[in-house]
Order: sequence, then C-alpha cells, then structure tokens
Amino acid sequence: MLTLTINGEVHELDVDPATPLLWVIREQLALTGTKFGCGIAQCGACTVHLNGAPVRSCVTPVTVADQQKITTIEGLATNGEWHPLQQAWIDEQVPQCGYCQSGQIMSAAALLANNPNPSDNDIDQAMSGNVCRCGTYGRIRKGIKRAAATLAAGESSEPQDRSAGRGESRHG
Amino acid sequence: MGKWTRRAFISSGIIAGGTLAVGVAIRPGDRSGKVADLIAADGAAVFDVWLKLAPDNTVTAIIPHAEMGQGVHTSLAMMLADELDANWDEVRMQEAPAHKEYANYAMAKGYALGDADFPAFLVDTVDGVFLTATRMMGLQITGGSTSVKTTGQQAMRVAGAATRSMLLQAAAEEWQVAVSELSASSGRIEHPASHRSAPFAAFAERAASLPEPAKPRLKTSSEFTIMGTSPARLDVPAKVDGSASFGIDVRLPGMKFAAVKAAPVFGARIANVRNESVQNMPGVRRIVNLGDAVAVVADSYWQAEQALARLTVSYTESGNERINQSDIFNQFTADLDKAVAEQAFETDVKAGDAAAAFTAGERIIEAEYRVPYLAHATMEPMNCTAWMRDGRCELWTGTQNPLGFALEVAKALDIDADDVTLHNQYLGGGFGRRAFPDYAIQAARIARESAYPVQLIWSRAEDTRHDHYRQANISRFRAAINADGMPLAWENSYVDKHDPAEATHIPYGIDHQLIRYTSSQSHVPWGFWRSVDHSLHAFFTESFIDELAIAAGADPYTYRRQLLANNPRFRDVLDLAAEKSDWQRPLPENFGRGIAIHRSFGTIVAQVLEVEIVAGKLIARRAVCAVDAGYAVHPDGMKAQMESGIIYGLTAALYGEISIRDGAVQQSNFHDYPMLRMSEAPEIETHIINSGESMGGAGEPGTPAIAPALTNAIFDATGTRIRELPVQRHDLSKPDLKARDVV
Repeated sequence: MLTLTINGEVHELDVDPATPLLWVIREQLALTGTKFGCGIAQCGACTVHLNGAPVRSCVTPVTVADQQKITTIEGLATNGEWHPLQQAWIDEQVPQCGYCQSGQIMSAAALLANNPNPSDNDIDQAMSGNVCRCGTYGRIRKGIKRAAATLAAGESSEPQDRSAGRGESRHG
Repeated sequence: MGKWTRRAFISSGIIAGGTLAVGVAIRPGDRSGKVADLIAADGAAVFDVWLKLAPDNTVTAIIPHAEMGQGVHTSLAMMLADELDANWDEVRMQEAPAHKEYANYAMAKGYALGDADFPAFLVDTVDGVFLTATRMMGLQITGGSTSVKTTGQQAMRVAGAATRSMLLQAAAEEWQVAVSELSASSGRIEHPASHRSAPFAAFAERAASLPEPAKPRLKTSSEFTIMGTSPARLDVPAKVDGSASFGIDVRLPGMKFAAVKAAPVFGARIANVRNESVQNMPGVRRIVNLGDAVAVVADSYWQAEQALARLTVSYTESGNERINQSDIFNQFTADLDKAVAEQAFETDVKAGDAAAAFTAGERIIEAEYRVPYLAHATMEPMNCTAWMRDGRCELWTGTQNPLGFALEVAKALDIDADDVTLHNQYLGGGFGRRAFPDYAIQAARIARESAYPVQLIWSRAEDTRHDHYRQANISRFRAAINADGMPLAWENSYVDKHDPAEATHIPYGIDHQLIRYTSSQSHVPWGFWRSVDHSLHAFFTESFIDELAIAAGADPYTYRRQLLANNPRFRDVLDLAAEKSDWQRPLPENFGRGIAIHRSFGTIVAQVLEVEIVAGKLIARRAVCAVDAGYAVHPDGMKAQMESGIIYGLTAALYGEISIRDGAVQQSNFHDYPMLRMSEAPEIETHIINSGESMGGAGEPGTPAIAPALTNAIFDATGTRIRELPVQRHDLSKPDLKARDVV
C-alpha cells in the first residue's frame, strides 16, 4: 500500500510498484490533465511536481512518490483563483490544441517558484524539455514573462473567477 | 466581400420554449477533387449550419467542424454573430454531432433544435435540407483550411444575415414602422425615432412566421463589428487547468485499456501469437489478434503495454520485407527517367512552348531536390474509446472526420451506420492525421468482443511507425535563362502527385512552362500532412527560383519581385515581408537570410527567415511572415496559425525524416524523430494584409514557405545549397566559400 499526497489530498493506493506515476494519476486517480505523450521523458507532456520539482511522471515509478507531495495541473490554482501562469496563458492566448499545455505550465511554474525573474536563457533551459507541436513557444515565453511580472507586482492582477466564462465552447 | 452567389436553402421556425431556429444548407460551387463524387446532383447540400435564438437572447451557432487548436469555433461564430449584429457575449457554440444524428434528417432536426418532437410546420421546408444533407455523409471534414472560407463565408454569414433580416421585419410589423427606420446592434433592435429598443428574442416568434429571405444581403468589410477583432478563444480556459477532455481523457464505467502493435512491415499480417507467458500477468484480460495487429486488453494501460511487449509474435511475408529507403528513391529516379525516355508524363501546367525556349535560351540551369517521408507526431497519440452494447457501437475519439469514422467503423463491424454513435473530443493535434480512421476501427473491433468499454491507446512508437505519411519525393527542374539572367522557360518533373492540384504552380511571369509528373508508388501509406502537396512543392519551386536568382547574380527578393510584375497581390505580400524584415539591412557575421513565397488554400504567404550558423550549429533567429488571406476574421488567430505553421514546417525542414528499412519505419519516438524545442524556436512576427480578395485558409498556409526560406538562408550564410531535406543530414560546419556559381 502506497500513500500519495496529490494536490493536498492523501490517497492510499494498492498498485504494482513498478507502475509509472503517470498512469496512477490518470487511471486510479482520474486526474486526466496530466498527459501521455512519449513514455520516455522526451516531450514533457506528463510533467508534475514532486515536492515542488518538475518530474516526468511517465518514467517516475509510483514508489518514488510514496509519502511525497505531488502537484498536478488540477492543483495549481488556489482558492478558486488561477495561478498567475494560467491567467497569463489566457491573456496571451497561448494554447492551440492544448494537449501539451498542462506540462508546459507545470514546467513554467517550477521555474518561477525558484526563479521569479527568469532570463530568456533561463526560460530556454527550463522549457526545452517540453514539446509543443502547435508551435506555441513564442507565446509560452510571453506568458512566462507576463506571469513573472504579475508575481513581481505582488498581486495576481485581477484574478479571474474560474467559474466565469461563457458556457460550452464545445459539447452540447 | 459581400459576394454571395450560391443558392442557399434557408428555413426557420419556433421550437419548444420560444426559441427561434434558422437553418441554412448550401451547395458548393467547388466540385473538384474529393468532393465531386460525393455530390449526387444539383441541389445537393454539403454544409449545414444552424442558429438558435433563445428567449434569454443567447444565440447558439451549431458548427460542423472539429476544434483542434485552430480556433475554428470562435472564428465561425464570429462570422455568424457579425452578420446577425448579435452581442458577442451572448453567443455560444456547439459542435454538430457526427454521422447519423446529423446526416439523418429526422434525428438531425431533433438534435439541432434541441427538441425531439419536431414541429410539423417546419417539416416541409426542412426535410429537403436534411434529405440532401444525407447524401454528403462522410463529408463533415475539418481539413484543407476550409472551415472559414467555405462554411464561414457561405453558411455562417448567410445564417446570421437571414436571421437579422427576419428579426428586423418582425420588429417593423410589431412596432408598425418601416424597416428602414430600424437598426440592429449588439443583440437588440432599436427604433431611434420613438426611442424604442428591445432584444432580438422579443421578435423571435413573429420572425418565425415570416418568409425566409431568399438571398440576404451580407455586410461589406467596412460594416464588420465583430469580424476583424480578436476576442478571446472560448476553448482556452479549459486548456490551462487540465479540464479540457481529449479523446485519451474519456473515462467510462468499467473501462479497460488496450495497447496494440501492428505488424511492423506495411502489408504484413500476424502469423502466430504465443500467449503463454502473458495470459496470467496481473491485470491482463484478453489478447486480441486483429489480423494485422495484436492488442492486449488490461485493467491499466501500463499493464497492457507490459504484456504486449512480452508477447512473441511472428508475421507473414508481405513481399515488402526487403525494401529500404534507398530503393524507394532509386525507384523514383528510375520512374522519372522512364517517363522522360517515353515522354509519358501527366501534365500539371503547359504554357507556351518550353521545348523551343530551351533551344533559344542563353543558358540552362538544372537542379534536383528530394524530400523524405514525414510523420505527423501529434502530441496526443492516436486513441479511441469504444463500447459495444446491444449491437450498437459508441465511440469517443478526437477526429477531423467524424462522419467518415462512423461509417468506416460500421463497415468494419458489419453493422448499420445508424448503430454507430461518435462523440468527438478535443483533438491533441490533427495536422491531417486524425482524418484516418484506422485507430477507431481497431478500438471498435477490440470492443466488439468485450463486455466493457475499451480505451485503445497507441504508444508513441506505434504512432510513429503506423502513421499515414507525407510522401517522399524527387523533383527535377530545368530553366532556360536569357542574357539578363531571367527565366524564359521553366520545366519541372516529379513523382507521386496527390493534392491540391495546384501545389506545383508558380506565381512568376515565365512565358514557357511545363510542369509534369509520373506515378511512382511505394508501399508506405500516404496521408494528408499539414498543407499536403504544398509542403514539398513550395520547397522545390522556391529553392529553384532562388538558385536562378543567384545564378543571375541578383538579389533573391528583387529577382522574385521582377518576375511578379504582373501579379500585384503576390508582389505586395513579398514586399511586406521584405520591408518588415529589413531585407536590405546588413547582417552580422555568420548570419544569413532567405525569402520564399507561396500560395496555398487561397492564402498567399511570404516569409523571411534569418539564421545564425556557428561551427555547423544552426539557430533560426527570426521569422517575418506576411500573409494575405483576403480578410482575417480573427487577426490574432491568424497570427497564431502562422506561428504554428512556421514551427511545424521548420521542425520538418530541420529534422523531419521517416525512413524505411526492411520494409518498416525505422524511427519510433522523439529521440529519433526530433522536434523543434523552445530554445531553437525563432522569434516570429506576422503582418496581415486584408486585400479584400476571396477568403483563404489559415491552418495550413503558414507551413509551405518556411522550408525554402530556411535553406535559402543557409545558402546565404554558407554558400551551401541544401537540395535534400532534412537539413540535419548535412554538415554545415564546412567553411564553404560563398560560391555564388554553384549551379
């Protein structure tokens, strides 16, 4: 039996200890915001935080996370308010297909947590493990800088109520 | 703008709760290519759009296209809302359902109107619309950059304009005033003379009793209030908190997971599967032999993958087992040579008398180019969830072709198409790949024999090795040059044409042209790949014109410009790219810049790329893009699509290469099929021209020109002319002289 603290919630799990953390998160815990992309830590779509550090959950055995704190994209917003990166992603209209963006945001969040004012080179270093096939790199860079500026201003520039927004953009 | 000449079928009515519904079906003017044989006769409708105006004044646009990141839902709704003069904040979007619910007229009416009990008064007008719609099953495709230019222009705008016209007429009757005294804006109708104002919904019922306008007037671009702005895309918030549901995110009660591995060699089949070591592995439920692939179903995907890897599978001989990549290129060469010897080409373009011009020219320049196969490598690997119950099959997947998928699955299961329901999900990248239903058919066949829903997920290796590939190709050029270095004749011969037909066309004023091809097929499955044939032919033609410029001792920009003297629309795009890139500005040491221009899907794109090459290492520093798509409905979305197309094309040009060894694809994942990353991505700026010409697409036209812009820039920096992609095959570290006369 493993004990994982995911987004502040404690889960007791009975799984094969060799299972990668990714599949436990997606299947057992049904947190599907963390994505499968390559399975060999080449694309970053599966990035989550392990005690605050970004890890590729597709190659991280679940046992590594036992008794540890995991944060996924679903746990990034606090008290119903977007993380400054999420707000910046909306402001810069970063996502296209959106599939890689959970991993992009988690990598960026770990960067800003350690380096609140990253240079372009810092951003390149932190983000080059995350592939985006829609080519949103330029907007991701702008989004990180915007979020850094928000954090520097010491406020989360008019946090958006996450329940706002207009209905279905898709399924009827 | 404002031209609308095609015949539309418009119908309307009031449905439960006082909602006004207006439907538009149109038939296409374009009967070429894929569409032609699916249109039965004159009057057949191909695109259908519905608009609903609810009592709370919200407007719902029902959109027959999939959202895969290109912002199509937002752009299409903007077109409808603008013609309607709706309040953008009151506009909602809904994706039309797949297949029978949409194409079958009775169920379509129920879905579109949110009311299964269809009101009798609508039947006469609406039946015709949907009966004709049933003839186009399989055509609900998102691809070819057509959403805005076709559905948007011909149906969304008409639906909005027709509804606006009916609402104004209804208000005039209600208030006993002339229509000319009324105005519509932001979801309301105003009568300034009497200071009366009411929301659209107040007139819905009366509007429904009025005859539909046969041909509503569309706005001119100067009247647009929503088009031409860039409202936030509605799909973005769900894509920053993990809540957007892609195909792979579908969760159903009791669902199991499947991993699959097809015979590596295309055309081979499964000879034997040895299960012993696998059947008792934890979580394993079933091993399924699909004939050309083996799948394992397990409680978790990881268990399924582990078990699949331990199966011992043998394959039948397909006859393709000894084919290597060099054999395929050798075959192309032999087929080209044979076509030359036998004069057995198919003709793309024949203008003037190229043969005579070659004898008259001062000089002849030749070059041959080649490109490799390419995979799509969508971020979300192929996947589909299927559930078979009581002879009916339900599918959950992300697809660019929902009707086609449902039909193909019905055929594969030998069940009635009525018994297949497809729930389209967000697409984690499409780029053409998600128009092919192979993975949905596999999922359905696995689920057919299961008592539970099954989610089939392809590994990245499976996704890379069983794609439908952009074709490899060889293209040969000859040009006859006059004493001034300008081309008199242009001859281009290549193999394996797909579409669009005009991909090889050049915009330049060259009197004598012969563009031709011969068939040379391989066993490698072909597929639509972002911009399709444009993705290779822009590289070929824009490389060769660059070589001609260099041979003439001319500046590549001004040389092109001279040849565009009679093509002002192209020239304007080229000029804008040159101007914004500071074309004449001297570059630092080790830098080079290249230019290219190409039209695809009705949109002209010119790009200038600056590269820096130090010790053989290339970095693309800056890309400047000029685009004329006629009119940019959502300028920021247009820019995003150009950025995306550039990165996609640059990735392929630098790294993209799928190669065949022993009949199978050699590459398997991002380590051997590399992707451009953030540290390698150039700064991109896009400049838009709204020329007012017919609207073109946005999703694909950003891709074709960047490969030649790149290789032309490499030539500028190093004097090395790259004639074979990808660039990573070439050693750029050699201190090549700026040999201007390499050709």
